[in-house]
Amino acid sequence: MPAPTVLMGAVAYDPKVVTIWEGFRTWLRGRGLDFDFVLYSHYERQVEDLLAGRIDAAWNSPLAWVRAERLAAVNGTAVRALTMRDTDQDLTSVVVVRADSPVHQIADLTGRVVAVGAVDSPQATLIPLDHLAAAGVAVDVRRFDVGVGLHGDHIGGERDAARALVAGEVDAACMIDANHLAFVQEGTLPPESTRIVAQTARYDHCNMTVRAPESDGVRLFGTLLLGMSYADPQVRPLLDLEGLTAWREGRTTGYDALADAVDTSGFYSLDGRVTATDYRP
Amino acid sequence: MSATPGAAVDLGDLGFGRGAHLLVQRALAGLPPGGRLAVSGRDPALRVHLPAWCRGRGHRVEWPDRGEPNELVAVVVRGSADDDRWFGAERAGPALPSALSSRPPARWALGARGALLEAGGPEARFDLDDRDLVWADIAPHLYAQAAARQWDPQTAVPWNDPFALPADVEAAVVQVMTYLVENEQAALVVPARFVGRIHPHFREVVQLLAVQMADEARHMEVFSRRALLRGAEMGTSSAGGRQSLFTLVAESDFALASFLLSVLGEGSFVDLLSFLHENAPDPVTRRICWLAMQDERRHVLFGMAHLEHQARLDPLLRDRLRAAIHRRHDALVDTAGLNADVFDALVLLAAGGWHPDDVSAGFDRVQALQHAMDQGRQRRLVRLGFRPDEAAALSALHTRNFM
Repeated sequence: MPAPTVLMGAVAYDPKVVTIWEGFRTWLRGRGLDFDFVLYSHYERQVEDLLAGRIDAAWNSPLAWVRAERLAAVNGTAVRALTMRDTDQDLTSVVVVRADSPVHQIADLTGRVVAVGAVDSPQATLIPLDHLAAAGVAVDVRRFDVGVGLHGDHIGGERDAARALVAGEVDAACMIDANHLAFVQEGTLPPESTRIVAQTARYDHCNMTVRAPESDGVRLFGTLLLGMSYADPQVRPLLDLEGLTAWREGRTTGYDALADAVDTSGFYSLDGRVTATDYRP
Repeated sequence: MSATPGAAVDLGDLGFGRGAHLLVQRALAGLPPGGRLAVSGRDPALRVHLPAWCRGRGHRVEWPDRGEPNELVAVVVRGSADDDRWFGAERAGPALPSALSSRPPARWALGARGALLEAGGPEARFDLDDRDLVWADIAPHLYAQAAARQWDPQTAVPWNDPFALPADVEAAVVQVMTYLVENEQAALVVPARFVGRIHPHFREVVQLLAVQMADEARHMEVFSRRALLRGAEMGTSSAGGRQSLFTLVAESDFALASFLLSVLGEGSFVDLLSFLHENAPDPVTRRICWLAMQDERRHVLFGMAHLEHQARLDPLLRDRLRAAIHRRHDALVDTAGLNADVFDALVLLAAGGWHPDDVSAGFDRVQALQHAMDQGRQRRLVRLGFRPDEAAALSALHTRNFM
């Protein structure tokens, strides 16, 4: 009997993506799964190809998940989050001001210039702007469009927003919590130079999106991913590169805030079409 | 929250931007996976940074119920990633060189000897990985001695002492210095070709060879500097002399190269430098020959020590050494050997003047030097286990170029 197969899509947001998935491919093939991957230059085509059946699994951003779910519903099919990284669960975004800023609470941001990441960044643009809008705070948005189409995987937009804040070009900047920590530790944001004035509710990030019902290959893929151990020296460097210590069962309870933000901003229509006017991946 | 934490850490005003993770990490290290740590502190960003930090390290965070103490930020539930990282880790042998591995594995090569090595990582290939082939118990001692006796060419030599030599004596010094520079050059290149092939588990040997190379670098410097101290031209270099050095640097077997260079070549060089020290016409030449001689003695000691050790374990080693001498002799049989200009310069330096009696005496002294070199080589060959008559025959086959 031939080995079950899986063809997975991943977005090439960084050269390390090749190292990671070539390494995982070797590991997965050694365990009876005929696994291969294709790389996409942006998430939109990857999602469309998943729904069209050209790939069996898509290593998706949260925004790509939202679109996949909508496109599947229109087709009368369904998608499922097979797995996700432990680090994809319970993230938050923050809105940061300079320590000496007159802004002390979220309402004080009204009418101020707020730096965000790329147009399609869930964590540095869509979710925090929706958080401000929900609080009734209307701001002047200054966007840092680095890596458009990569759904915020490229850290450049967030870093540029943080730099603009330090340089006094904007009144506030939005970023994911872990990047705020990273920017403080690497010195992009000098320690004690900034204050956090708002924090979003917890949300989830990437997941391995598959079509339901799953094939044998996809089921084996999920089982094998969940079996990867940080104690295994063959995969540990790959897990470090991919930024996780363990794969978790996929869950879809952490995407409501993003789905709301997508609707508020008109990024995708309810039937999954790209409707953001200034989005050219 | 579900259960009372087993441990607590108070970060005070310290935030993650200034090292708070060190305190959290230290407190977590004392807990088993699943152990709970109550973290409190006053840094305003702590509630954002603590969970972000924990997430990346596989720890879970539980949030306090309302009514918990104000400064309690969260309870961290220790994950297993820290332990998993060290699963299958091993020590790269003993830290001290008393019980070295006879064949250290390639996976140890880029770690510090004795360090706890995380499993995985590259297997760097160092082909000289046999303890019996590279090690000598005297290596750490010789290295310490070598490191302690490094001298500064600028201050260790009386470069400015006044002296004036007749032009032909100065020319003889320049000729000998030229010869010494090219021999020291080869003596640097030979260990350089092996030092990157020796498994770093035998690091004292690597260190010793590195210092030996530094010794040769200084020798090249001081001999060149003496050659050009009174003029602007170096002496001559014969094709036969360079052919002899070529057969030395082309040897790719560590034991054989060490034998030809240290035991036979540098051994003979110690006698030559001693001769030059005694017959030097000026204080600079006298001093640099003495300094170089001390270093070369150490090189010979190490070469002898590791070959003696190897000869005890491997009865076939002597066959290989014998073959190496014959091979080199055959390769050089049609060459002139020592540069005639060098030989004549040595005679003149030993003569100290142009009177026929002086020249005759100088000639005798150079012959005595060659005899002393031969005797020294024979002694060392006997120590390596050759019979005296064979040692004499083999010594006679050594290159006429001395090195």
